[in-house]
Amino acid sequence: MTQEECKQIVVKIIADIAPDEDVSDLKDDVRLRDQLDLDSMDFLDIVMELRKQYGIEVPEEDYTKLASLDSCAEYLTPKFKEKQSV
Amino acid sequence: MEGVSLHSMINSRIVITGVGLTAPNGDTLEEFRGNLLRGVAGVENIETRYMGTVHAGVCHFDPLKYQKRKALRIGTRAGSVAIYCSQEAVRDSGLDWEGCDKDRVGVYLGVTEHGNVETENEIHNISQFDYDTRYWTHHHNPRTVANNPAGEVTINMKITGPHYTIGAACAAGNAGLIQALQMLRLGEVDVALAGGVSESIHTFGIFAAFKSQGALAHHEDPGKASRPFDRDRNGIVVSEGGCVFTVERLEDAQARGAKIYAEIAGYALNSDARDYVLPYHVQQEACVRQALKRADLEPSRVDIVNTHATATPLGDEQECIALRNVFADCAGTYINNTKGFIGHAMGAAGALELAGNLPSFDDGCIHPCLNVDHLDPKCEMNNLVLGKPLEGKKVDVILNNSFGMLGINSVLIAKRFTG
Repeated sequence: MTQEECKQIVVKIIADIAPDEDVSDLKDDVRLRDQLDLDSMDFLDIVMELRKQYGIEVPEEDYTKLASLDSCAEYLTPKFKEKQSV
Repeated sequence: MEGVSLHSMINSRIVITGVGLTAPNGDTLEEFRGNLLRGVAGVENIETRYMGTVHAGVCHFDPLKYQKRKALRIGTRAGSVAIYCSQEAVRDSGLDWEGCDKDRVGVYLGVTEHGNVETENEIHNISQFDYDTRYWTHHHNPRTVANNPAGEVTINMKITGPHYTIGAACAAGNAGLIQALQMLRLGEVDVALAGGVSESIHTFGIFAAFKSQGALAHHEDPGKASRPFDRDRNGIVVSEGGCVFTVERLEDAQARGAKIYAEIAGYALNSDARDYVLPYHVQQEACVRQALKRADLEPSRVDIVNTHATATPLGDEQECIALRNVFADCAGTYINNTKGFIGHAMGAAGALELAGNLPSFDDGCIHPCLNVDHLDPKCEMNNLVLGKPLEGKKVDVILNNSFGMLGINSVLIAKRFTG
């Protein structure tokens, strides 16, 4: 699992959660909320989909680490790798 | 309504100035009415969880007409039905919606039930995860609170006045309109969006319960499954649907030159205080008589009685007893039923069935009952309209019955507006 692959997973989840948004040209280093119409409920949905689809837990104190695609990749890639190694 | 006293409003005449609806056989009043006159039913077979194939009335409106896909993902089917109907009702009314004071708009929607669909879906969801409740969605509560369909309307339409649903089983559509009338007369609001909605075909539980009760319709042709008053009727076809009326005080409607569909001339709600399920003709008759009294009308002044009859053997019989008692000597009173066309739209039924008859004021037609191939002798009534529409009848008064479980009865009387 590379950081790029991790970003693609997150983008795919966002596309389902925010189906009216264009996610084809997201900037990796800009906050997702500054690029998309996302609210706190949507981030709860992202957390839920990571849990459902990949068995990855994001504790509440780490929600801020999902702010941008870059920060998502940095935070989530080790978790994906951990899952893959199990 | 500054400068207008409550005393003057309490006797205000209340009128319907807009109609928005979705029924299994039509997504506009024109389409719905056309199919009622042409004998076109809207019942089909669907697959439902655990039960397999069942008959159902399914609506085919385009939810994306007024909602974004994200709102559809988060919200409920009942909310979506309610939004579509409310938007259409406002558009039809000709109200200057942009200029309308949204603090003075109320949303009052009848529901038979709400939350079963969303709860069943969520239990099914966590069943895929060994019933681990960490997988239970945070959307569950806003989806299942009882005000959900009305609340979704306020969010969608930026309405800041009051909103709530009226839980009144299958009497709910009329109850929504009655609530609107009362709130307009109290001066709580200046515009009401009122009626009823149902998403019930998306819960297996309602089908399973009717089946366990021996009250779920079955027929090899789904279009013939809902057959109130027929000798061979065998139960209810569950339907989804919605109907919302724009309702105003007459003086406000006239001041803006609104088209007036009808005046709400009378209404009544009562209870059987008797049984959880079984209907009771004595209280139904009392409810009809109370509505007539409130409207200051003799029974003979009623031109159309739209029955509640759902095609359960006992329910239809009971209503017929009540109606024979009230209208036996009324040569000019005609009786019809809408559920043969669309099944039982539950919380929407009363409002939808009233809407389907309102065009009679203009076209002089009375739509028939559908699927009465062999009239049950126990359901014989004078002037039951069967087979084809009755044409050339001047219609001035429509009486609309809607009854529900736990013994709740509602009657609403709509009158041609004559100035």
